[in-house]
Amino acid sequence: MDYRKARQEIVEKNKGIRDKRTTLEEAVSMINDKDHVAVGGLQYTRTPMGVLWEIIRQKKQDITFYKPLMSFEGDWLFVSGAMGKAVTSWFSGGVTWGVSKIMRTFAERDPSTFEEWSLLGLSLRFKAGAMGIPCIPTKTMLGSDLEKIRGLKRFTCPYSGEEMLLIPAVNPDVAIIHSQIADKYGNAQIFGPPCLDIETAKAASKVILTTEQIVDNEHIRDAPNSTNIPFFCVDAVVELPFGCYPHECYGRYEPAYEKLGEYGQGLLKAEDKIGFVQEYLDKYFYQPADFPEYLDLFGVRSLVEATRRGRIWPL
Amino acid sequence: MSDYNPAELTVIMGSRALQDGQIIFAGAGLPLLSAIHAQKMHAPSLAILFEVGGVAPRITSLPRSTNEARSVRRSVATPATIDMMLYLQRGFVDVGFLGGAQIDRHGNINSSCIGTLEKPKVRLPGSGGANDIASSANRVFIISYHEKRRFVEKVDFVTSPGFLEGGQAREKTGLMGGGVEKVITNLGIMEFDKNSRSMTLTAVHPGITEEEVREKTGFELPVAEDLKTTTPPSEEELRSLRALDPEKRYLKAGDF
Repeated sequence: MDYRKARQEIVEKNKGIRDKRTTLEEAVSMINDKDHVAVGGLQYTRTPMGVLWEIIRQKKQDITFYKPLMSFEGDWLFVSGAMGKAVTSWFSGGVTWGVSKIMRTFAERDPSTFEEWSLLGLSLRFKAGAMGIPCIPTKTMLGSDLEKIRGLKRFTCPYSGEEMLLIPAVNPDVAIIHSQIADKYGNAQIFGPPCLDIETAKAASKVILTTEQIVDNEHIRDAPNSTNIPFFCVDAVVELPFGCYPHECYGRYEPAYEKLGEYGQGLLKAEDKIGFVQEYLDKYFYQPADFPEYLDLFGVRSLVEATRRGRIWPL
Repeated sequence: MSDYNPAELTVIMGSRALQDGQIIFAGAGLPLLSAIHAQKMHAPSLAILFEVGGVAPRITSLPRSTNEARSVRRSVATPATIDMMLYLQRGFVDVGFLGGAQIDRHGNINSSCIGTLEKPKVRLPGSGGANDIASSANRVFIISYHEKRRFVEKVDFVTSPGFLEGGQAREKTGLMGGGVEKVITNLGIMEFDKNSRSMTLTAVHPGITEEEVREKTGFELPVAEDLKTTTPPSEEELRSLRALDPEKRYLKAGDF
């Protein structure tokens, strides 16, 4: 988004402390086709899966998704048509399931659908966006082919004479983030690694926050140093237990490895890869009436086991 | 002599290259196994960092990726990803441990594509944090299976910079990290000539000949005058390593 427009959107939006609770459907209706959407978490960790699930159900099209490392959710976004372009540092199924065949199908047919940055490079794009500046200097990526294909500009520091690269800021239309707890105003407390969520929440024009648990505002005020994202960044709050499933939420549940494995192995074996994903989408995304019904399909046992492995007291 | 497979041999050689007290970045799979093994054997205070946001975690079960809660359990801190990566740029990271689909004479690594990026034969997963590690870690070790199609004259795409075109090219481009110090494979150890910055065979593993290494390398590989032979893995090293991966997810026989 244009630098001045991105600032103006923040200037003009209603940032007041107000009850922002809404439904998953309502929250996702804030996202438009072709928007630029930043996805919180990293690889399997704290993925706002419920929002991605609803984006696919609402048949959003041609969105540019930013995610520091992309996993199977990238397959689902590509095949559903929701994702026109992936902006990421890494896109694969996962270490034990090999390279994503879906990513390969799309990126080998049209290389522009997978825009690669280094992890720090992409992080700095959000950092600059969050700082309200149009670009930021770095030493990373110098001399590599990533510098060339991204068309990055060189910059000589006027103080030290050091050679650097200038990384352009990114200000997405919407950031989607999942936290362990938040209050109804959108004060979010993330436990464990915050990944890039603090930067993306400030860089984006709008933030949709899903949370495992909505807590009282007094609880937030009891531990204000744990608040990573203050209310004025956030536009919608949705309480969504197991909102990262089958990915993980730190201190609450681990990934449902066996369910990810069923998908990963199934995709490896399937002759018609796209068809396999379409069937998966139909069963798990389009058919269920709501998010709990989606969780039902995986079963209570999977949720219990993921919780048993992943919970850390007193989170 | 003990019986071991190529993956086990390589991981143990990687482990030996690490020193107690170092701060390191190690990717999932063999590099991480080397790091944990080093902690068990000779480097108890080696601190591992993970991109997702983990500083010196206590790793009890081998994580599938380095980017999940399991990999950051009992960390002393869980910083944001950007801070983890900026520790590299600031010079805090002594060693970065990398692998790659292709590695060339000057230690450049490709993990982006085979062919060109405009017309890829195979699109690979991409850099992740590898470029940042290669750019800024104080030194880099590469761990790889040794075969001709991996060790190429020139990588199809420089995802992670080694010494670029060789000579002073790396310094001239403004990179601060020290570049690749060692390439550790199942056949031997390679280091880089001080002037040309070309890969040179400096050690072979027991039972491996210099001819075999040269044959499995896709470019003319110089051999150091004082070529050494490494000490084979001990029973204790192997026992300790196998306990880390009982399901043999990474320590399978054959190539890796």
